[in-house]
Amino acid sequence: MSATPRASAAALRRLGAYYMMESLAGRSPGQIYKSKEPVGATPYDEMYLREGAGRAHYLRYAQWLEDQPAERLAHKRAEADALFHRVGITFAVYGQEEGAERLIPFDIVPRVLPREEWIRLETGLKQRVRALNAFIHDIYHDQQILKAGVIPAEQVLCNSQYRPEMQGVDVPGGIYAHIAGIDIVRDSSGEFKVLEDNLRVPSGVSYMLENRKMMMRLFPELFSAHRVAPVEHYPDVLLDNLRSVAPTGVADPTVVLLTAGAHNSAYFEHAFLAQQMGIELVEGQDLFVRDEAVFMRTTQGAQRVDVIYRRIDDDFLDPLVFRPDSMLGVPGLLTAYRAGRITIANAIGTGVADDKSIYPYVPEMIRFYLGQSPIIGNVHTWMLRKPEDLAYVLAHLPELVVKEVHGAGGYGMLIGPAATKAEIEIFRHQILATPERYIAQPTLALSTCPTFAGGGGLAPRHIDLRPFVLSGRDVTIVPGGLTRVALREGSLVVNSSQGGGTKDTWVLEA
Amino acid sequence: MLSRTADHLYWMSRYIERAESLARLVDAHYRMSLLPHSLDTLALSLSATMTALHMEEAYRERHQVIEPRAVFEFVSLDREFSGSIFSCLRAARENARAVRGSLTSELWETLNSTWLDARTLVARRSQNADIGQFVEWVKERSHLTRGVTIGTMLRDEAFHFTRIGTFLERADSTARILTAHQTDLKPGADAGTVPDPFEWSVLLRALSAFEVYRRVYRDVITPVKVAQLLILRDDMPRSLLRCCKEVYQNLKSVANEQSAETERRAGEMHAMLHFTRMEDILSTGLPEFLEQFLANLRILGDRIASDFLVPPAEA
Repeated sequence: MSATPRASAAALRRLGAYYMMESLAGRSPGQIYKSKEPVGATPYDEMYLREGAGRAHYLRYAQWLEDQPAERLAHKRAEADALFHRVGITFAVYGQEEGAERLIPFDIVPRVLPREEWIRLETGLKQRVRALNAFIHDIYHDQQILKAGVIPAEQVLCNSQYRPEMQGVDVPGGIYAHIAGIDIVRDSSGEFKVLEDNLRVPSGVSYMLENRKMMMRLFPELFSAHRVAPVEHYPDVLLDNLRSVAPTGVADPTVVLLTAGAHNSAYFEHAFLAQQMGIELVEGQDLFVRDEAVFMRTTQGAQRVDVIYRRIDDDFLDPLVFRPDSMLGVPGLLTAYRAGRITIANAIGTGVADDKSIYPYVPEMIRFYLGQSPIIGNVHTWMLRKPEDLAYVLAHLPELVVKEVHGAGGYGMLIGPAATKAEIEIFRHQILATPERYIAQPTLALSTCPTFAGGGGLAPRHIDLRPFVLSGRDVTIVPGGLTRVALREGSLVVNSSQGGGTKDTWVLEA
Repeated sequence: MLSRTADHLYWMSRYIERAESLARLVDAHYRMSLLPHSLDTLALSLSATMTALHMEEAYRERHQVIEPRAVFEFVSLDREFSGSIFSCLRAARENARAVRGSLTSELWETLNSTWLDARTLVARRSQNADIGQFVEWVKERSHLTRGVTIGTMLRDEAFHFTRIGTFLERADSTARILTAHQTDLKPGADAGTVPDPFEWSVLLRALSAFEVYRRVYRDVITPVKVAQLLILRDDMPRSLLRCCKEVYQNLKSVANEQSAETERRAGEMHAMLHFTRMEDILSTGLPEFLEQFLANLRILGDRIASDFLVPPAEA
């Protein structure tokens, strides 16, 4: 951040108001954070400088926010809730009966990124995803990176996500991760870091689009006062991207979206994207393979399919090859795929590249394949299969975050500073039993953004950012992404399955 | 379009139509229950109606006797009974949710809020839930759903399958209501004994035909004219002829390579109703006629399913 104004009396008043709404007036932001934070470092606040001034790109919004009567904001929040319910923007909750659909809480305070920060992020994301695609192609072909000793071969080849079935299979354009969701966090120094790559079936983009729609509906005046980069064209870009990777020789490819069905937790997003792109939303039972080609059953007979945007995991795609008990997939799909008659996006076997045990090597991949130095760094990661890392981590468990290599969704992790002694000891035993199953990272003070907390007051809450990187003919990113927010005070877990919410994300054009 | 999508659309509209038909029946009987009138007549009518709709067995599992209030609650609000209005609204919404991408957002939101509101209503239901108000509301939601369908959907296959579902269900419902009241429609009833005007009003109101009858015939209510109106009038929206005409026309718009015989049968049903005379029906016997009609309708539904909705595996 350059060009941030010095704390003025007015700005300090604003910051005061921001905290007073939570009845914490009179204490410095640092004190407030320290009392609740699991970490020592003061988090970076997206809207306010530590001295209390608004950051330059947030000044106009902060002024507007200050001018809003509390009742108006409360009313708008209720309106947003009612609308999300009526439109049915919900996610299904597993293992519960009828109508087990919940809203993901939406917060009306946007997360704003200035143009220059976004440009740097965008460049860094494109670089990273290019390297990841090159890596996946390499490990299913010549395996140069393994031969060069940059990544230990057994880390890749013995990984359960490595699919030997994909060896030697050529996919259009050499693109494997057509849609990548890269989770970005900002540390206490204000630096962006990649926390995680999602290269299998990343979700959340529908909330990015619906959140924007909601904000424009609730607060149109904000959009005439700010030049917010649009995101509405994401479905068009996605469709174009999917069509660009159709099998060679197909002039007018038919694209479908493959879902597990209405009971899947992300079903809303599947239906939404299919509708926005104007393509069929299919289930496994709607497709069949004949003569190594894929068809869908329609009211007018069988119709050829060229590209499958699948939203089910590898394991369920083809019961003849992967899980035989899967009812979600299409028998024979892999045969058609290996014959080059169908494109599957994302490709089969991308999971090996977003595995937490491979993540530490991504900066090396960027150097190896692109000959560039990484623009966005990783979070420092200890690999517990290494004895020296293991020793360090075991000695510092109360300060660190320990994650299961194959875990996802915020499950199977230990947040040292927030854990009890007993919890830490349980984890210590698990780590000692199978150290190779774990990695550890410093407990990051994720950046915070003002958020409507319980009781209707504004308070700082931790956030992350998931931009969606599309790779096909080109690599494209719709400006911004999905901002997730941990709604519980002090919590660092932003996953919707663990009480996280979302915000609209603005990239300012000027 | 996908066969599965067509199937969900078809059932979505059938369930909404069924919810409305049931709401009409409950409404008509409910009004009758408010009049100073023999409870026996009401119970008889309810019993005959439940039999025609294959609901009596499920009711008997819950209650010993036909008691109007219990019947109304059972048909309207029972969460466990798959044939209740509540269950129909749920099924309509579940089918819509499975293909929400193929619906206009207005149509999806209409069906979704109907379901959400119904759930709230049933959860809040007190001992004195106002059944009359509930069925009135269901009718309104059905009208709204139909209006949104016609007002917002592209006239493509999705629309035609939605309409086929609506009219097959409506034909089925009208035929069953007539079956339940066939004793009142015997030709002999015209002369001599004057039929119970309350029962007539139940039958006609259940089919939204009370005012229509007056308008069309400007005459006292006679069984033959009632049957004529509900079976053979082309301009009566819930008559068998009208429903068959709509099914046939929508079916023609979605014809595929294997559907010729199904289309022919739909055309035959339509032509038969179009050219037949009331006298012919009465000489065959109304019960026999209705029984045959329901059988033909069932075959037509099965054929539509196998031609379009759940085609046999091709792989």
